[in-house]
Amino acid sequence: MNVKSDPPQANAVVTDGDPAAIAQAIAAAIERHAQRPGALLPLLHDVQDHLGYLPTGSVAPIAQALNLSRAEVHGVITFYHHFRQQPGGRNVLRVCQAEACQAMGSGALMAHARARLGCAPHGRSDDGVFSLEPVYCLGQCANSPAVMLGERVYARMTAARLDALIAATTEAAAAETT
Amino acid sequence: MNTTVYVPRDSTALAVGADEVADSMVATAAARGIELNLIRNGSRGLFWLEPLVEVATAAGRVGFGPVAPQDVPALFDAGLLQSGAGAPAVSLSHPLALGLIDDISYLKAQQRLTCARIGITDPLSLPDYEAHGGYAGLRRALALAPEAIITEVVESGLRGRGGAAFPAGIKWQTAARAPGAQKYIVCNADEGDSGTFADRLLMESDPFVLIEGMTIAGVAVGATQGYIYVRSEYPHSVVALEAAIATARAAQRLGPDLLGSGKTFELEVRKAAGAYICGEETALLDSLEGKRGVVRVKPPLPAIAGLFGKPTVVNNVVTLATVPIILARGAAYHRDFGMGRSRGTLTVQLAGNIKHGGLFETAFGVTLRDLLFTFGGGSASGRPIKTVQVGGPLGAYVPESQWDMPMDYEEYAKLGAMLGHGGIVVHDDTVDMARMARYAMEFCALESCGKCTPCRIGAVRGVEIMDRIMANEKRPEQITLLQDLCDTMINGSLCAMGGMTPFPVLSALKHYPEDFGAAGAIEPRH
Repeated sequence: MNVKSDPPQANAVVTDGDPAAIAQAIAAAIERHAQRPGALLPLLHDVQDHLGYLPTGSVAPIAQALNLSRAEVHGVITFYHHFRQQPGGRNVLRVCQAEACQAMGSGALMAHARARLGCAPHGRSDDGVFSLEPVYCLGQCANSPAVMLGERVYARMTAARLDALIAATTEAAAAETT
Repeated sequence: MNTTVYVPRDSTALAVGADEVADSMVATAAARGIELNLIRNGSRGLFWLEPLVEVATAAGRVGFGPVAPQDVPALFDAGLLQSGAGAPAVSLSHPLALGLIDDISYLKAQQRLTCARIGITDPLSLPDYEAHGGYAGLRRALALAPEAIITEVVESGLRGRGGAAFPAGIKWQTAARAPGAQKYIVCNADEGDSGTFADRLLMESDPFVLIEGMTIAGVAVGATQGYIYVRSEYPHSVVALEAAIATARAAQRLGPDLLGSGKTFELEVRKAAGAYICGEETALLDSLEGKRGVVRVKPPLPAIAGLFGKPTVVNNVVTLATVPIILARGAAYHRDFGMGRSRGTLTVQLAGNIKHGGLFETAFGVTLRDLLFTFGGGSASGRPIKTVQVGGPLGAYVPESQWDMPMDYEEYAKLGAMLGHGGIVVHDDTVDMARMARYAMEFCALESCGKCTPCRIGAVRGVEIMDRIMANEKRPEQITLLQDLCDTMINGSLCAMGGMTPFPVLSALKHYPEDFGAAGAIEPRH
């Protein structure tokens, strides 16, 4: 009996800024992807999925492995909204700001999230638990407004439900660190 | 009696708590010592009813929704599970009871060709897929000559459902005739338009239909490798596709010997990285190659020099997912739906401020008014509907005076609008159209690939002009400037991003001048 829907796994952060562990994660990702056609995007996804971001030091080894210039790799990283070069909060909260969600009050929801987390879009909450990002469409346009926390999507969102979600996540993060 | 219960697993259902409902079902059944056959089906696309729980009965499947986890014990008390034992009258009196799913008017009024199986089957069950007509198309295709497959697609009248509406069969023909040992099939699943979710719904609720469609395309044009380029915002789609691909490969529906025919087709999912422009086919190809998603100059057409410079068919999810039924039922079956040069069905997506939002697949020719009121039930807020944006962020705002036009590619083009991917975003009367026009420019500035000047610079200037109009600084002059700027963007941009961003702006200005300043102060030129 197939009961669970097998939701995708949230990103796992394996290092605490330890340079050797970071270098190892990058090398392992290169090993997994370098031979694939059009390897750069899958490789960058892999590194970011493991480290939570793409450290400056990842550019040179990736460029070398794929026979690209560092400028090309840097150009790709900075072109795509998904890739980040700085560590974010442990949980990325994406609040949809596209038209369908706008029609159902996503502007006010984003304002609420800003006030609640005390940071602007693209910013990080003081406790480091959240990054706040705008996103342009999660494909939940018939049940707007929608947000995404990590890899989980929530629709028909209200300020109260968002508060509950933030509180539960903060609590879980506190439990994890103690 | 072991009753079969369905709780959907697509991300819309999950986003409103379907997993919690499924957990509650299992826990409640266990506590009462009841055996339950729980199936995680796809979504029917009746999104306002999600989580939509269905129970199999002798008369057909009966529905309950939207179900919250805490509703489950009461539903059991009301005889939910006895529905299957010939006593549906008890459970049908529950406030959440919807009766027989097939009798719901929203569903009954549809003509589901592409989405025939969504919500009915377990998306990841190959036997279920085949029991509902799956792989009949590929079997027939493998018995035909490649040219005959293409002829079927040409004669079906299928046009690209991603928005551009280019005849799919002609694209295939071009790629098939192009010289080259290696060819590719690329599925554009970078569904970035707000108000659209048909691609996502298909990938999560019936992934095999896309796999089968791509396999048929591969056999037809002589391509042995396919890629599905999926948005990073759709993690559930990626998981569903990868699971279905593994199952198909293990069952010889992918790989080196398709159904024992000796033909090869391999398929891989590639995750995008949050750039809207990569929904443009040439930018998508650059992204697949590992580059920044920058639009290419055409020609050469991708069908002649596409991915890695090889002949490549790039089609949208809905287009490719429509291919299996065309092959299974014949070109004429598909062609007989629709009107004019728009053949087959349009997968309308009702979104935004709408009471009954969801997927509405119907033959071309339906009117917006019917969709909005007969099926959509009016606005979710209960306020009057002011405007409807059709076709995504690059689509025009359509005012009430045009809601009786039949939805058809050519009819909409005459209005200066477009059907695009069939997304319909509804706004009530609280919307400020100047703000929406500014947003269109802002979005273009954010998402422009930067290759051509009218788009890269024009969008930034457009935001500045809108700011001045909204601040009432030299408004008449600024409106003239805005119209000039839009003219430059329409005629001078390389792709639809810069070339069509003016559509929502100009349609807002034309139909809602009062939002741009005093009525009568503006005389739009378009």
